[in-house]
Amino acid sequence: AVESSDSEEEDLVSYGSALQPLQDGERIKKPVPLQEQTVKDAKGRYQRFHGAFTGGFSAGYFNTVGTKEGWTPSAFISSRQKRADRTILGPEDFMDEEDLSEFGIAPKDITTTDDFASKAKDRIKEKARQIAGVVAPIPGTTAFDDLIGPSKITVGVELLRKMGWKEGQGIGPRVKRKPCRQKPDPTVKIYGCALPPGLSEGSEDEEDEYQPENVTFAPKDVIPVDLTPKDNVHGLGYKGLDPSQALFGVSGREHLNLFTGGSEETSNLLDDLRHSKGRKLGITGQAFGVGALEEEDDDIYATDTLSKYDTVLKDEEPGDGLYGWTAPKQYKSKKRPERDFKYIGKILDGFSLASKSSAPIKIYPPPSLPRNYRPVHYFQPVIIAGNENCHLQKALEESTGKLESDPAQQSRHALNAAQRREQLGETELKGPAPSILEYLSEKDRERLKEMKQASEQQMKAKIVSQQSPKNRFQPASPAAAAHKWRMPLGGELATAGSSDFKPFAKNPEKQKRYENFVKSLKKGEKDTLERFLDPNMTEWERGREQEEFFRAAMFYRSSNSTLSSRFTRAKYEDDVDKVEVPRDQENDIDDKETAVKMKMFGKLTRDKFEWHPDKLLCKRFNVRDPYPDSSVVGLPKVKRDKYSVFNFLTVPEPTTSVTQATNEKIQESNSLNKPKKPSRWDVSDKEKERKDSISEFISLARSKADVHQQPPVPATEECGTGTSEPLPTLVANEDKNQVEGNGRPPMDLFKAIFVSSSDEKSSSSEEESDEEQQPTTSERESETTKQVDVPDSSSSNVHESLTATTDSGISSLPTSKQELDATEEFGPKLPPAFSSGRFCKHLDRKEKHRKIRERHKTKKERKSKKEKKKKHKKQKNKGKHKNKKPEKDSSSDTTDSSDSLSDMDTTGLSPKELLRR
Amino acid sequence: DGNYCLTCGSDKTLKLWNPHKGTALRTYQGHGYEVLDAAGSFDNSQICSGGADKAVALWDVTTGQVVRKYRGHAGKVNCVQFNEEATVIVSGSIDSTVRCWDCRSRRPDPIQVLDEAKDGISSVKLSAHEILTGSVDGRVRRYDLRMGQLCSDYIGSPITSVCFSKDGQCVLAASLDSTLRLLDKDTGELLGEYTGHRSTTYRLDCVLNEQDTHVGCASEDGHVYFWNLVEGSLALSLPVGQGVVQSLAFHPRLPCLLVATQGQVTLWREDTFQPE
Repeated sequence: AVESSDSEEEDLVSYGSALQPLQDGERIKKPVPLQEQTVKDAKGRYQRFHGAFTGGFSAGYFNTVGTKEGWTPSAFISSRQKRADRTILGPEDFMDEEDLSEFGIAPKDITTTDDFASKAKDRIKEKARQIAGVVAPIPGTTAFDDLIGPSKITVGVELLRKMGWKEGQGIGPRVKRKPCRQKPDPTVKIYGCALPPGLSEGSEDEEDEYQPENVTFAPKDVIPVDLTPKDNVHGLGYKGLDPSQALFGVSGREHLNLFTGGSEETSNLLDDLRHSKGRKLGITGQAFGVGALEEEDDDIYATDTLSKYDTVLKDEEPGDGLYGWTAPKQYKSKKRPERDFKYIGKILDGFSLASKSSAPIKIYPPPSLPRNYRPVHYFQPVIIAGNENCHLQKALEESTGKLESDPAQQSRHALNAAQRREQLGETELKGPAPSILEYLSEKDRERLKEMKQASEQQMKAKIVSQQSPKNRFQPASPAAAAHKWRMPLGGELATAGSSDFKPFAKNPEKQKRYENFVKSLKKGEKDTLERFLDPNMTEWERGREQEEFFRAAMFYRSSNSTLSSRFTRAKYEDDVDKVEVPRDQENDIDDKETAVKMKMFGKLTRDKFEWHPDKLLCKRFNVRDPYPDSSVVGLPKVKRDKYSVFNFLTVPEPTTSVTQATNEKIQESNSLNKPKKPSRWDVSDKEKERKDSISEFISLARSKADVHQQPPVPATEECGTGTSEPLPTLVANEDKNQVEGNGRPPMDLFKAIFVSSSDEKSSSSEEESDEEQQPTTSERESETTKQVDVPDSSSSNVHESLTATTDSGISSLPTSKQELDATEEFGPKLPPAFSSGRFCKHLDRKEKHRKIRERHKTKKERKSKKEKKKKHKKQKNKGKHKNKKPEKDSSSDTTDSSDSLSDMDTTGLSPKELLRR
Repeated sequence: DGNYCLTCGSDKTLKLWNPHKGTALRTYQGHGYEVLDAAGSFDNSQICSGGADKAVALWDVTTGQVVRKYRGHAGKVNCVQFNEEATVIVSGSIDSTVRCWDCRSRRPDPIQVLDEAKDGISSVKLSAHEILTGSVDGRVRRYDLRMGQLCSDYIGSPITSVCFSKDGQCVLAASLDSTLRLLDKDTGELLGEYTGHRSTTYRLDCVLNEQDTHVGCASEDGHVYFWNLVEGSLALSLPVGQGVVQSLAFHPRLPCLLVATQGQVTLWREDTFQPE
């Protein structure tokens, strides 16, 4: 603008701002007379000399303190609530608002302070100083300063500016100059005014070349003499390192080059960088230290070259800007072979290029894949049954040494009768539903059927290329599956191996296979299933079945804990018409129902569990935590004994065993003089069980299938007319009874004994009820006879005998089978004995009622009565005794009697107390 | 402690009475639905109640305000009980859980949930270290905190009410087959059986009297039946009203019986009764 104005108005220069032209009719304002010129503050108050802060002006409210009313203390605020809010009064609290305004002593507005204002005057000096220090500077140092620094311009400078002066120009009339100047102009110039000051000098310089001739230029700025006194002890011409230089982060190499020669020529490489920075002033300065902002301290001694100090034995720096430790070494070393050539020119001193390159690392290529290679791994090629690949399968079997008897020549259509029947949906002539698990497995079975059908369709569709899809369907090859399953199963199966668990009871052959499978799995055989599988099954079915077996095994294992809580325990085939009641976690409901019906409360209806109360609950109840170590709250999920076999055997009836144990414990605690019974139950049984487990398993497995095949009616009748029955089934029954009996000895043995009672009660529920009745009856008896002295223990002979049978049956397990057989045989032979036993029970009940009635009577009376009863019983017992166990040793009797006596004593406590009340 | 009587009803309120004088002392409002059960603390300072609004409320007796409300049951709260020190409220609900609520802390969730029952809990009783629950699944469960045991006795028919005997040795359980059974606590044996009343549909209370000599139970025929505990013979049947006798409670120490029927609470006592 100035330039143009200059050109237009020739030499007319106007200074100052023109007055506004007067309007017509407007009077010229009179100047305010001097006496009326008063100082007023913003509120119109006369400012007087008062107060401390603003030099006396306007302290307080109209020269008072505080408010209109004068100084009033602030209302009292309790510091209790507002302790934190209490402010520390600063001087601002005592200031007026004028003080805080722009011209007050404590302005709140943000203004540039002198520290940050650009020293317009000083800059010139500074510039001069810099110029003096620079050997060959590139002009334009002020550009950044103008950009960065705020300007606080003095009035003179402002005036000059308004007159067209630009900073950096000299003052005076403009002159013409030849536009071409040599580049290293030592002076700093700004050419022309059109360009904004922010442009870099280089570009300005470029423009200068094209300046038209008619342009006038301002005179050169006068470089003032540097008058700064030397007030330091540095040497002449010393300048500290320019921190801005360090700030730009020039790399070490650059510094090196800069400083090595001190000349610009060596740093040609990096000149572009420097140009962009637009500054190299002050770089030559020497410093004693390194500023905190500097990245590297290599350039402390500016004349040193880095090579002199390269004392570290390390990889050669590539010199490609990856200098320093930031560059990853691997990267460098990797790139080395190529780099060698690339950076030939930059090899450091002391190094020479290798004459021959190192031998390349030999790389062995991976073997080439066959064409038909599929990148999915199958454990073992599974041969689908089909005529076309039977040869292959044979070969495979031979190679793997499988014991499969039959390659699947016969297709899956060649099913056996049972399977066909099953597929047709016909119901088998089958015995009692032995287990609830069977029903579950039926679901499984249905699933299997579905799978089969689906796969059959698939097979039909892809009979030719039946490789992939079905193989995937099939979970894995049997061996792999076995591996897979054995891991989790491992130990548990070993325990759970021979079970009363019959998931495939519907299909006896399958069940048999399953049992064999489990057995062998227990032994840890690998190809367990193969040999047991149905030879006329296809491979697929076999695999399927195996998986099923595994699942069943797993299932059973888990069912011990989880499933058993939901369903009724697996019943045995002699329990004919059991209702499938969803099982409580506690014991069988139907057992208990019958027990309740018979009013036989006690052991049978009682379940005891370990229960973990919450810690806090214990605390609140002021009770010591019974399980201080356990973190379980509530019922523990799975509770197992140490003894695997025993554990397994008791698993179907965990609760009763527990109850027994607890009861016995209680008895123990109550009466310390009979440790016999618990010991027998706890220890001997376990041991014996463990001993006999294997043989039992075998026999069990052998017999189960047979038993299953038998229709229900024979099963029951078998007991009734037992002698005529073939022995093996009996054995099976007995075995099972044994197995069960370990869980709950008295019941099953009672069952075995009382089964043959030819009363109107033929159903097993009745039997069961009888059994359940038995212990309680015994206890009743014991109660009744509790007053009786020890010697006449014959009073409880019925009970005694019963328990004796059970005890002997269990305690002498090696011979138990025979014995049981014997009893079994004895049973049917002698119905009167059993009826008498039953009668005893009735009697007991009667007795009980009577007892209740008679409770208020004196004990002596009762004694006498019981004596009578005893006699009654004795007779029966004798008969029973004779019939039942002629071969039984008397020792067991005695022990049993003592046991029963112990029972009497212990159980007799509560009624006594009741009576006392 | 025998001086006060709490009633709760379908008018969503609890009422505190002096049964001896027949005066209503206070009414506690705050439940959203019917109040199904209430119990007082040992020091008469607090009341807990459970209602059909699935909440268990803890009341302050004097102010009548709800001190705390415990929500967490999924169903109606059938029964509530304080423990001995009134630090825990145990509530049983038809959601088949028994929940133990902490009165001390401000925990909104129960200390422990006893979810062993397979059906609704109809009755809960507490002793010093035992929680006795009767469930509709026909089981009487006794959680022994000291032993860390759960004893479950199968009764068969839905349990309507359970209670401890005063000596803590026996458990009385009333079930919907119109039978009361006295079970030995330790062994679960049946010590006595008491029949004669009618209890088939309602949740009726059974009690043992103050000296454990008699067993009492409400009946649906408007009578209260009493049996001799030992003999099991029907000792007395009190004709209380026409309808169902819902609840009854014995005085802790004195031969004094409270019977609730059809919106009435009647106090029965001997002629020679002398209030303390």
